[in-house]
Amino acid sequence: MIVGVPKEIYKGEKRVATTPEAATQLQKLGFDVVVETGAGEDARFLDSAYQEAGVTIAKDAAEVWQKADIVLKVRAPNDDEVNLVRKGQTLVSFIQPAQNEELMKALAGRGATVMAMESVPRISRAQKMDALSSMANIAGYRAVVEAAQHFGRFFTGQITAAGKIPPAKVLVIGAGVAGLSAIGAASSMGAIVRAFDTRPEVKDQVESLGGEFLMLDFEDEDGSGEGGYAKIMSEEFIAAEMACFREQAKEIDIVITTALIPGRPAPELWMEDMVKSMKEGSVIVDLAAENGGNCKLTKAGEVIRKHGVTLIGYTDMPSRLPTQSSQLYATNLRHLLTDLCPEKDGNIVVDMDDEVIRGTTVVNAGEITWPPPPPKLSAPPAVAKPAAEVKVEEKEEKKPNVILAWLPMAIGVLAMAGLGSVAPASFMSHFTVFVLACFIGYMVIWSVKPALHTPLMSVTNAISSIIIIGALLQISSDNESIVYLSALAVFITSINIFGGFAVTQRMLAMFRK
Amino acid sequence: MSASLINMAYIGATVLFVLALSGLSNEESARRGNLYGMLGMGLALLVTIFGVVEDNFNMMLIGLVVGGGIGWILAKRIAMTQMPELVAILHSLVGLAAVLVGYATFADHDFVFSGVEKTIHDVEVYIGILIGALTFSGSVIAFLKLSAKISGKPLMLPARHWLNLGLLVLAIVFGKLFIEQSAAGGGLEPLIWMTVVALIFGVHMVMAIGGADMPVVISMLNSYSGWAAAATGFMLSNDLLIVVGALVGSSGAILSYIMCRAMNRKFLAVIAGGFGGGSTKSSENAVDAGEQGEAVSVEAEEVAQMLIDSKEVMILPGYGMAVAQAQHSVYELTKRLKDKGVCVRFGIHPVAGRMPGHMNVLLAEAKVPYDIVYEMDEINEDFPDVDVSIVIGANDIVNPSALDDPDSPIAGMPVLEPWKGTTTIVLKRSMAVGYAGVDNPLFYKENTRMLFGDAKATVDAVVAALT
Repeated sequence: MIVGVPKEIYKGEKRVATTPEAATQLQKLGFDVVVETGAGEDARFLDSAYQEAGVTIAKDAAEVWQKADIVLKVRAPNDDEVNLVRKGQTLVSFIQPAQNEELMKALAGRGATVMAMESVPRISRAQKMDALSSMANIAGYRAVVEAAQHFGRFFTGQITAAGKIPPAKVLVIGAGVAGLSAIGAASSMGAIVRAFDTRPEVKDQVESLGGEFLMLDFEDEDGSGEGGYAKIMSEEFIAAEMACFREQAKEIDIVITTALIPGRPAPELWMEDMVKSMKEGSVIVDLAAENGGNCKLTKAGEVIRKHGVTLIGYTDMPSRLPTQSSQLYATNLRHLLTDLCPEKDGNIVVDMDDEVIRGTTVVNAGEITWPPPPPKLSAPPAVAKPAAEVKVEEKEEKKPNVILAWLPMAIGVLAMAGLGSVAPASFMSHFTVFVLACFIGYMVIWSVKPALHTPLMSVTNAISSIIIIGALLQISSDNESIVYLSALAVFITSINIFGGFAVTQRMLAMFRK
Repeated sequence: MSASLINMAYIGATVLFVLALSGLSNEESARRGNLYGMLGMGLALLVTIFGVVEDNFNMMLIGLVVGGGIGWILAKRIAMTQMPELVAILHSLVGLAAVLVGYATFADHDFVFSGVEKTIHDVEVYIGILIGALTFSGSVIAFLKLSAKISGKPLMLPARHWLNLGLLVLAIVFGKLFIEQSAAGGGLEPLIWMTVVALIFGVHMVMAIGGADMPVVISMLNSYSGWAAAATGFMLSNDLLIVVGALVGSSGAILSYIMCRAMNRKFLAVIAGGFGGGSTKSSENAVDAGEQGEAVSVEAEEVAQMLIDSKEVMILPGYGMAVAQAQHSVYELTKRLKDKGVCVRFGIHPVAGRMPGHMNVLLAEAKVPYDIVYEMDEINEDFPDVDVSIVIGANDIVNPSALDDPDSPIAGMPVLEPWKGTTTIVLKRSMAVGYAGVDNPLFYKENTRMLFGDAKATVDAVVAALT
């Protein structure tokens, strides 16, 4: 099958749906790849690079749409592109099925199969194709870069000959993929980063990236909703949250908001009075601008100044890092195609029993299959309880074992006493030597390095062939059978002595710095 | 040579043997330690040959030269991956020698005892032969298992614990018969019967133990070979043999203890055998874990890229590396990465491989410098700073369910914790479960990538991609 990639025609879109590297991987799966001329130019992937990777360059979009069995895109197709869709063709792209009902109908009307990249279920095995996460990661990073661009000071604190520079203070609201990426980027630039999220379980993740997690003085309310997103919180909670933000607004230099609730307008978290109380020259980056914004003052797609604060409302953050975002998006698509093409023969199979493929497919051969049934959550939480109960029982059973622990020692003492009462003096002297030698062995062996345990075994093996002395003591006997037995023992132990020492020597010679 | 002089020489040999063992406490003094061992053995041999042996020099010399020659050639020719087999077969020889010396002592009527002394001597002979025979047959089976001449799977006879008990009772009964008959001048018959019983016992004991418990078995046989030597010392009233036997015996016992601790299992439980037979419960667990997610596989080129981009790399080898003979490729990888300024270290689990210290020897053979090879306890805390951990042919020793899942058959076993690092790459032939029969949740972790294939081939591919 032929995979086609047209140039993105959405205004200002710089990304491209495949890179030369991803195209190579697609060819390994058995696909042929066609790319429209100049498709990757804005993302710095030249036609020549594609050609080197074995990709055919098509002269225009129409040729790509006509040749390809599978079309990979970034932005949802516009009306012109929809008209190019053929029956039986597969389109993989961002679609936003919830907002674009007409587009869905139009695509279904063309008899195509459509896979929406934002509909990839958020389960662990689908992470490799989760383009929303890839893009959010880039958006978070770019948000910090944009903020730095408009912020008049360093991020990192310094003491210089010209005076002390305080570090910038950054507040990240919403510690999802974008938020975490922003926290990481800002803290690696040296800023003091604080983060807020309604889901307390992300605290560790925030801290692992160098951020400080703001805890509300509020009884536990877990904001975790289905599929890893946050849910809408109670009024009391929001009041406490707002109080916390008002407090922070006075000292924070940069605010990055990333709060989104799926299928709803973005929650308003940063009120006008907070903007007013921020210092002159502060920056707000609103990554939710496209969905109404976490701060009502931001304008989607623009940078404005209000109350002395720069408000950045770009909605095309990933496209502002086109090479990186194309790379990640192309890899996500490649993983999806890998799953669609289990035989690696260049043919795709839309297996509607596969949870991931089912969720992603929004139109199957002209039939709308969106929304998918809710995803099955892994690891049901009920399992943990019975295990804890079992543990308690085990603990109770263990107590009487004290007697058993002393039993061997008691037996040992009795046996020694028994032996001592009958054994002759000569035996006792040997026995003394034996017990002392055991202790020396015990002390010496504990100091042996675990790395040398194999040489230890081979050298002790060689040493234990000291049994040869026993054989030598008897070899001079008059009794012929004893002589033969002894000679055989000498022969055997000699193998051991020479073999054991030689192989130890060989091993030890290999250990080097 | 006077008896006292001989004894003095024996004491000298004893000291040299203790020095030999204590020399192994680190790599620098280890070679000197081995030298002390050879000196001690040489001294003991020379003194015995010139001071004690009076007759049959030819036969003795033939034995020494031919046996020594065979041993020498064996030691020179053996591949390092076959070390466990070699050690096992050498143990069997010590056991066999103990049996032979025991029979010779029994047949030797120069030892004239009476009363309690006679009984004690008989018991010594009896025990010496018993332990020797047990060591012999057990080691032979261990050798066969390790060299894959017979299946490594545990043999589960239906009433195996009763069988063991029965054999023990038989051994005691024959012992009693032997002492009674020996007092009357006979006793060969019960002695032979007991030897047969001990041989069967050794075979059965090792047959019931599976492949990954081999480190315990080898150390245990090592210990037995020492006790056999000590018992021989008692029967010949020779302190040198007693001391050396005790040293070796306690050495092996400590090693077995360390190995058991590393698996969080009781020594008796290992010896009783049958671990990992796949109880219904563990297989259910495996199914549960299977639903948690899907392993993400990667290609060698991506792994190479990840490695180049990282600062700290940890390599965690397991038995799979030995099987695939991948140690030289692993060293090549290490060298390439070091040239690129990547810090590479190795983390060794105590029971990785088929004998204690197995991985260290293989890495040493491949010229990996020992100062970048660390024990589990030394490096486990460092994983959060590691960018990429590479697990090569290991499974149970990196299984997080040992820590998380109290129902897991390997619960409580200390394991290496690569999942705490940024990325873990697992080199594996397939998704099959490890020896313990437990599914490994590590493979499904978000930051784990699977690189499927033969360990040597995949490591070579990664090295090739590291241009």
